[in-house]
Amino acid sequence: QESQASGLPEYIKIVEVGPRDGLQNEKVIVPTDIKIGLINRLSKTGLPSIEVTSFVSSKWVPQMADHKEVMRGIERHPGVQYPVLTPNLQGFHSAIAAGATEVSVFGAASESFSKMNINCSIEESIEKFEEVAKSARNMNIPVRGYVSCALGCPYEGNIIPAKVAEVSKRLYSMGCYEISLGDTIGVGTPGSMKRMLEAVMKEIPLGALAVHCHDTYGQALANILTAIQMGVAVVDSSVAGLGGCPYAKGATGNVATEDVIYMLNGLGINTGVDLYTVMEAGNFICTALNKKTNSKVAQASFNTGTIN
Amino acid sequence: RSPFRPQVSAAAAAGAFPRRVKVVEVGPRDGLQNEKNVVPTPVKINLINMLSETGLQVIEATSFVSPKWVPQMADHTEVMQGINKLPGISYPVLTPNLKGFQAAVAAGAKEVSIFGAASELFTKKNINCSIEESLERFDEVMTAARAASIPVRGYVSCVLGCPYEGKISAAKVAEVSKKMYSMGCYEISLGDTIGIGTPGSMKEMLTAVMKEVPVGALAVHCHDTYGQALANILVALQMGVSVVDASVAGLGGCPYAQGASGNVATEDLVYMLNGLGIHTGVDLQKLMDTGTFICNALNRRTNSKVAQASCRL
Repeated sequence: QESQASGLPEYIKIVEVGPRDGLQNEKVIVPTDIKIGLINRLSKTGLPSIEVTSFVSSKWVPQMADHKEVMRGIERHPGVQYPVLTPNLQGFHSAIAAGATEVSVFGAASESFSKMNINCSIEESIEKFEEVAKSARNMNIPVRGYVSCALGCPYEGNIIPAKVAEVSKRLYSMGCYEISLGDTIGVGTPGSMKRMLEAVMKEIPLGALAVHCHDTYGQALANILTAIQMGVAVVDSSVAGLGGCPYAKGATGNVATEDVIYMLNGLGINTGVDLYTVMEAGNFICTALNKKTNSKVAQASFNTGTIN
Repeated sequence: RSPFRPQVSAAAAAGAFPRRVKVVEVGPRDGLQNEKNVVPTPVKINLINMLSETGLQVIEATSFVSPKWVPQMADHTEVMQGINKLPGISYPVLTPNLKGFQAAVAAGAKEVSIFGAASELFTKKNINCSIEESLERFDEVMTAARAASIPVRGYVSCVLGCPYEGKISAAKVAEVSKKMYSMGCYEISLGDTIGIGTPGSMKEMLTAVMKEVPVGALAVHCHDTYGQALANILVALQMGVSVVDASVAGLGGCPYAQGASGNVATEDLVYMLNGLGIHTGVDLQKLMDTGTFICNALNRRTNSKVAQASCRL
């Protein structure tokens, strides 16, 4: 078919991070019932994976303080995964007690970022994640690994691809089924994306890789296209492009799910996701947050009154 | 000219990008023409002068269309005569017909552009004639331009979709492009007028056009209305296209979708090309300073994400 002939994956799994990564990085804290309303709407779109919340101490991340209530309050649709962040063993146990059936751990390819973000070295963070991975394995709970700063760090600047590959390999070896490579400050371009993926693909099978691109410099879709041309078949995105960049005031962060799906539809790639339903979910949360959507597709569609 | 062999450039086939890309800056014309606020002549002139300092080689300065239709460009003669014309930089202007062409040349223009479309309905709504009739009008411009040794750039609108007709066949785009190239246009700029294209439709369209026009004579003019512009440009580069149109600060909304964005921002394009190691000759910082200037003058926020990100904490 069209996508096959072009060498692109036939199917791409979209991992929706709006309710966690998105809302965590919005200025306004969203009430629990709105969070649940958003997640329930996203569950109806065909998205296969929706990152729900974060079992981090509310002291550090007040926006996610209601993690238990959200976990218990959402509708769980069959065939949809609802991963949650768990920074350590304590968070992991809390997540399981609240009903979580998949968890995520967040590493970084930058020592400075690791220190500033979670106050420990990369090595120390890996040790914590290993405890989580071990418990998770015993309970048959899948673990997803994230690597932040894969294309650049707000403190260190340039990050070498070999470092990204090294950290990815550690996470994969401890049992993470998938490694999501994050361009945390959106500085990457198709050039740096290609070089980084080439290095990582030497250590991790392609089928276990995902890209998590930020659109801070407008490069996200071009970077995602580069990744899928190299065979990556899992893409993270955030409905309505929720979640600004904490490192550049006023700048955007996550790439909008609507814009990603629009591109993948145009490439003839199957995602199982209904664009219009996602736009409705986006409209819901933007109304609740009293903000304009960051999705260009949503902007264009609601203004012409037509969806293409 | 005989039909060109249907293939990507050898370098592109090897998976390489062009080493150099020519950026055609359309902010002062396409951008300002589609902005809500009209800027005074001195501001237009200063904008173009600042752009001339950035390393850009081509800056579309204005449009010699009747001010009855395009009031924003009513000062075309003053702008053309008022700007500093730096050596090595081209300042093309739009000329819809012979009368506009003559006025442009009288005002000092050394390069002109003509605008065709791949959609009959769009042509009818825009300039009240058929595609065939519009090409006949352009023929007069071509004859006069050839006599005056003035290069002519051809634009084809609606190459990836039309606000009225919807889907546009790649074959139609190829047909119109071929006609304009055969008439004597040195370059054909393929415009995704409503920004609706994706890498999929871009590839399909370029494959058809490249059977009729050499890739070295092709440019892409992508709108970012659906956020697809840079991805579409990336695909075009991969296929060997090495001329890309863009608008400083992403000036110029989309007249067909209220509030939606239009032109891709030159800053964001240059950022991507820099990251790919592709030479443009453009100084990104000077470009951003120019964007800041015109956004202040227009009292609006920039549409460039690079510019937004760079005003950091």
